[in-house]
Amino acid sequence: MTTSEKYVTAAYVVVFAIVLVYVLLIALKVGRLDREVSELEHRVETAGESAEREPAAVG
Amino acid sequence: MAGATIRPVLSLRRIPLVALALASLVLVTTALVFVFYVAPNDANQGFSQRIFYFHVSIAFTAYACFVCGAWNAFRHLWKRDPRADLESYVCVHQGTIFGAMVLLTGSIWAKISWGHWWVWSEDELVLFLILYLFYCAYFMLRFSLDPGPQRANLSAVYALFGVVLIPVSFAAIRLAKEFLHPRVFTLSGPRFGGWILVTYCVAQSAMLVLAYTLYRIEIAGKRLDLRLRELRDVMA
Repeated sequence: MTTSEKYVTAAYVVVFAIVLVYVLLIALKVGRLDREVSELEHRVETAGESAEREPAAVG
Repeated sequence: MAGATIRPVLSLRRIPLVALALASLVLVTTALVFVFYVAPNDANQGFSQRIFYFHVSIAFTAYACFVCGAWNAFRHLWKRDPRADLESYVCVHQGTIFGAMVLLTGSIWAKISWGHWWVWSEDELVLFLILYLFYCAYFMLRFSLDPGPQRANLSAVYALFGVVLIPVSFAAIRLAKEFLHPRVFTLSGPRFGGWILVTYCVAQSAMLVLAYTLYRIEIAGKRLDLRLRELRDVMA
């Protein structure tokens, strides 16, 4: 591999690496958002169950 | 028909994200095949000229992102479109990422062609660096303010100012008397043809579609994040 070929390869690897890092960061963020949605769903379900169990006023 | 509005047949926003991601993958792969197997070696620079295809395409994509950022900033200031501020921010963010790639690939190309990683006497290089740093400062401004109308307005004004630097950066090389940086685009058209032009067009399309795909992914994430925060506030 000549020096010129090494540099050209390096340039394309840099582009690929930056795009890859960007996509990875986005994937991590989507993972965090997914966890937050699950947490909110859980909280909504818990709130719904406790509302059902609440004793009705008698008399 | 009087009073009828013309609707675009194909709105970019309606293209599914999966289709965009696939199109990016196919186009980038095709561009790489063209760059390494189809395009001929340059008579002067030889193999190293192959950096040109992605370097120039990425540079134009960065400019396009900054112009889109300014256009959305203008929409925010003019029509008070609630989506425009976020869209402007994401465009500037994309432009900065592509700008970093321009600087890095350009630096590698400079090392092969000129023997230096950076040449301070080159107007185009320095002006692009100024443009890049200007947009980096956009984030410092934006995140130094609390979310709200003030932040959106100041960010929009800043993004609009930044777009003025683009023609300056582009024209600098044409105004410079002594230059090292090659001039491939002139008023009479590109100074290349045949497979070099075809490869460049494929690479340019690939970069534009890739940038738009990344933009759509980022904006979808940001909107989801905003909606989740609002939901949390409601539930708290």
